[in-house]
Amino acid sequence: MFKIQAIAMNTFKEAVRDRILYAILVFAIAMIAGTVILARLGAGSGEKVIRDFGLGFISIFGTLIAVFLGIGLVHKEIDRRTIYTIVSKPIHRSQFIVGKYLGLCFTLFVNVAIMTATLVGIIYFFGEGLWDFRLVAASAMIFMELMVITGIAVLFSAFSTPALSAIFTLSLFAIGRLLNDFMMFGEKYAGATAGKVIGGLYYLLPNLARFNISTEVVHGVPLGEVISGMTILYGLLYVVTLLALTALIFQRRDFR
Amino acid sequence: MLVVKTEGLTKEFRTGFWRTRVRVLHDLNLEVRQGEIFGYLGPNGAGKTTTMNLLMGLIYPTAGRAWILGRDVSDVAVKAAVGFLPENPYFYTYLTGWEFLNFYGQLFGIPSGERRRRIEELLHLVGLSDAGKLQLRKYSKGMLQRIGLAQALINDPQAVFLDEPMSGLDPVGRKEVRDLILSLKAKGKTVFFSSHIIPDVEMICDRVGIIVNGRLIRVGPLEELLGSELESIEISASGLDDAAMVEMAQWSVRPPVHRGEKVFFAVGTEKEAMQVVERLLKMGALIHAILPHRLTLEEHFLREVANREPGRRASPEPGRRGGP
Ligand SMILES: Nc1ncnc2c1ncn2[C@@H]1O[C@H](COP(=O)(O)OP(=O)(O)OP(=O)(O)O)[C@@H](O)[C@H]1O
Ligand SMILES: [Mg+2]
Repeated sequence: MFKIQAIAMNTFKEAVRDRILYAILVFAIAMIAGTVILARLGAGSGEKVIRDFGLGFISIFGTLIAVFLGIGLVHKEIDRRTIYTIVSKPIHRSQFIVGKYLGLCFTLFVNVAIMTATLVGIIYFFGEGLWDFRLVAASAMIFMELMVITGIAVLFSAFSTPALSAIFTLSLFAIGRLLNDFMMFGEKYAGATAGKVIGGLYYLLPNLARFNISTEVVHGVPLGEVISGMTILYGLLYVVTLLALTALIFQRRDFR
Repeated sequence: MLVVKTEGLTKEFRTGFWRTRVRVLHDLNLEVRQGEIFGYLGPNGAGKTTTMNLLMGLIYPTAGRAWILGRDVSDVAVKAAVGFLPENPYFYTYLTGWEFLNFYGQLFGIPSGERRRRIEELLHLVGLSDAGKLQLRKYSKGMLQRIGLAQALINDPQAVFLDEPMSGLDPVGRKEVRDLILSLKAKGKTVFFSSHIIPDVEMICDRVGIIVNGRLIRVGPLEELLGSELESIEISASGLDDAAMVEMAQWSVRPPVHRGEKVFFAVGTEKEAMQVVERLLKMGALIHAILPHRLTLEEHFLREVANREPGRRASPEPGRRGGP
């Protein structure tokens, strides 16, 4: 556990000392702050616009950071041969994978937290001095989704190049977001066999739409109705499966 | 107990579009004993790094097995007693030297107090005490090699594996690494290191293994490997007339070389040397020196490589050394 923590902290350090991360973060904060202008332009429900776009930006930039850091996470260690000095230490390869993953999740957590704090702060000043902590719940679910996306990116990064991993991950991200629509489409128009295939894929592919509760949160649906324990369990199980698969692939490969 | 043992260790890589198999290590049977410095010598592409990486569990053998300190190399626990410096090491450039060593110390689960003490000690040992707060991206090649060595020793290992530890170092740095390896031996550690810099190997190794084209072709104590085998006897003389020169050219195993007044030539056996000396005296020549010449490790090495890798020339140029 101590060793996993060491790997995770080192991963976090690497991300934090990378200027590109700051660039993305600063840009994201600027965009979130920029929603104020959008709100001023539009009439009426200005706060809704800020909440809506703000959460959208958190999700977009979070995904960007997750994919951007995730695809290189393991590949870079192999490419730069830093893996040589790690694998030759008394640590299991699976521990390394888990450590890298957790380190990146921690990085994402800090980033999402900063973005969310910005958004909550803007709402406080823009609105009538109201702390909107429901936004934190929406962000938490965005983070949950990012954990799954990161898991996917790390899985690909264990055996393919960053460019390919990025393509794979972003494709799966898009499919995952639209999975429910595909499913409905399949139920309506596909035949029996095709329907079964689509049904199977439905359970296999990450259903990322489940984590998206932003609209409901913005429109004031009670949190108890939109956050389900099943969704959280689903996310965790999905991540564990992805990591197990990554570790399995990683365990067998030659580093050269 | 043997520190390293391999049995029929074989490695094939698949390369190219057709994924054709290339065998880069053939049936390696190697033994490294407790407390010795073992030099693993071979030309570029011989398979030294491949062997090293197999022992470190970075790549998996196609066939055969390997043990370190009596345990299969796939057993992660054995690494607790092992130190490793990879070839041309690349490190986390965003860490400072101190953080870097601290990280590896954590991977060994060394408690923080001891870790701190050990880091200071090692930074001092490799002469980087002042560079501990500097990020590795600002290190020179030689400094990286040193911090790499420190990293390999963070756990006070029983067995140390160094893949070309002297590469990229200047003569002073090379000497320091040699001294470091000798001091490890003095502490009872076993050192297995690869190199193609022969003098480095010659100066410190107890036993040497020579690998060429993926095959271990020689292994043994340095003295034994160098042997007492006489390569040639070099004779230098002066005052030879043309007829004497022609005769001597016939005796000599390589073309005679003139240097000023003197002429150098070499014969194969002691008996021949006696005969030549007799002839020379009879012809009124002045004899300056008679030097028996034994093969150096370098010449052994070149000879072995030439035998296994046709196309590479090996015989030392005539008269390149010698002269009284
Ligand atoms: N990943 C790989 N894929 C295919 N062939 C490889 C791979 N790594 C090494 N080889 C081949 O295996 C052979 C041995 O390589 P290795 O790196 O072990 O040599 P070496 O003795 O360490 O050489 P050097 O002194 O140059 O470091 C070489 O012919 C090399 O081309
Ligand atoms: Mg090598």
